[in-house]
Amino acid sequence: MVPPPELPARRPAVEDERAEIELARGALTRVSDELARRSAEACGTAAEVLDAQSLMAADRGLLDAVGERVRAGDPAPWAVTEAVAGFQSRLAAAGGYFAERAADLADVANRAVADLLGLPLPGLPESDEPYVLVAVDLAPADTANLDRAKVLAIVTERGGPTSHTAILAKAAGLPAVVNCPAAAGITSGQRLVVDADDGRVLVDPDPAEAEKVLAAHRSRVAAQAAVSGAGRTADGYPVKLLLNLGEPDGITAAGAVDAEGVGLFRTEFLFLDRAGAPTLSEQERIYRELFAAFDGRTVIVRTLDAGSDKPLGFVQHRDEPNPALGIRGYRVSVAEPDLLDTQLAAIAAAAQNSGAHVRVMAPMVSTAAEAAEFAARVHGHGLASAGVMIEVPAAALRAGRVLAEVEFGSIGTNDLSQYTFAADRGLADLAELLDPWQPALLDLIGRTARAAQELGRSVGVCGEAAADPMMAPVLVGLGVTSLSMAPAAVPAVRAALRENTLDGCRELADLALHSAGPAQARDAVRRRRGGQSM
Amino acid sequence: MPEVRVTVGSRIGLHARPATILARAAARAAVPVRIGRASAAEETADAGSLLALMALGLGAGEEVVLSAEGEGAEGVLAELAALVARDLDADPEAGRAAGRGTAAAVSGD
Repeated sequence: MVPPPELPARRPAVEDERAEIELARGALTRVSDELARRSAEACGTAAEVLDAQSLMAADRGLLDAVGERVRAGDPAPWAVTEAVAGFQSRLAAAGGYFAERAADLADVANRAVADLLGLPLPGLPESDEPYVLVAVDLAPADTANLDRAKVLAIVTERGGPTSHTAILAKAAGLPAVVNCPAAAGITSGQRLVVDADDGRVLVDPDPAEAEKVLAAHRSRVAAQAAVSGAGRTADGYPVKLLLNLGEPDGITAAGAVDAEGVGLFRTEFLFLDRAGAPTLSEQERIYRELFAAFDGRTVIVRTLDAGSDKPLGFVQHRDEPNPALGIRGYRVSVAEPDLLDTQLAAIAAAAQNSGAHVRVMAPMVSTAAEAAEFAARVHGHGLASAGVMIEVPAAALRAGRVLAEVEFGSIGTNDLSQYTFAADRGLADLAELLDPWQPALLDLIGRTARAAQELGRSVGVCGEAAADPMMAPVLVGLGVTSLSMAPAAVPAVRAALRENTLDGCRELADLALHSAGPAQARDAVRRRRGGQSM
Repeated sequence: MPEVRVTVGSRIGLHARPATILARAAARAAVPVRIGRASAAEETADAGSLLALMALGLGAGEEVVLSAEGEGAEGVLAELAALVARDLDADPEAGRAAGRGTAAAVSGD
């Protein structure tokens, strides 16, 4: 991954203003042409973003601003940087959607400056050979267009287990090692072994060493392939293995995966990137396809999880200084009741005459009153099973009262750690606080699971923690009754559960709960499981 | 100077696709066109500059003033006013243009 260009420490004087402006114009034109070419090759949202960026690079307002900076004494690379910074701060001041465009503009500036300084263009490398992508961290824009035929594995210097990169890699089944500080020392052309099973990277290993890692991986995969069917512990205690899905494509393919149903069907894709709300019949068609693919199995549909961080084109979101703490999740359904009612009506219509066991849950519920209100709305549409996501600490602390109002719960560990540790999920610097092995997070999961057990309710985990084969037995030991994850993660989790009895899981949970911190918890569990192949 | 007042019809405001369509049309126009908020008429921007246009941060339902001077100004203003009034984001016929309404994050819950 090529980093953004840096301006040299020494800034030369401008000798010929007109020539300097022409240099900048030439670079911006080349950037604009290149982005237009890539837009023509892309499709959908990517094509539109690239087209807008192409227009930004050729913008006459930008060129005027560059001219002003040159006349004030800035050489072309500095003038472009400063002119873009000026527009970025104006876009940021406009807020909301306008502020989001500032990142698109930054990319334009990086490209133009790289062109002017004769540096390689930032972003994903152009390569004919398949490669391991090594980066400080990956932005959503970088990952949106990853060529799966070219990228063999991902290594990032930063980013925690719930970072964008980790989630994307998991969903794509790509080996990834994140939060690996040594990645900074890797240079282009070195041979790498990315051992995602053990979270380590071997640089220029000798062939025997590389073969050892590969052999260990192959035997692990073979062991996983040897077990199939319903999730259970070594002594037969059932733990449902479910899938996290969130795209219209691949629903039928997901139905063929050896899993017991869908634990989290994200419905955001139906609502984002459009000017009007999806109609009842449009939604019903997708839900019908989903229920047909999972005939006879459990399907948990999560109602719309939007907010000012995932804004909807047809809802006027207020400017919120803290979007994660604003009108989002179930709170949007309160502010815009028609959205939820149409969605529930569509789910109910699709569930009729379907063999799937359809359940519906709300995101971001904080209180028993909200849970009761949601359940009433779900039941009002003739749907029998209503549930809530437990991802706000208040809901976990009062899980007994909250879950008494509904039929089931599902713990969203990523948001639950964000809110418990007051740590933004998107900040790589806070990766340690967001570690799912944090004992405080495990405390809240255990508390929620115990409350569910007392009420006879099922409670699952559908965050990243559920996809970690070492964590899975710990969650079961804490009392969790189902685990929902990306399809690619199921075989390893199933194999891990079969290696432990229920009592063994409880011992592992106890070890983790009584550890001083996340690293100690992970080590304690790893040591206890000793020679086991995780 | 000839000017027209019109309400922003785009449900997401003038950024992304609606803004690129408007800026492209204004940049092609025979006369320079300025755009500003009706409530803050002194702050105007070149409507043919996508960046200057977006920096105004014009939201859905806001009243804007378009102004232009020179030969054919009235016709240009009428054409651009019609674009501002339309919900360009919902209208696929408005031409292939740019931008995304929202950025959907991959989220792991």
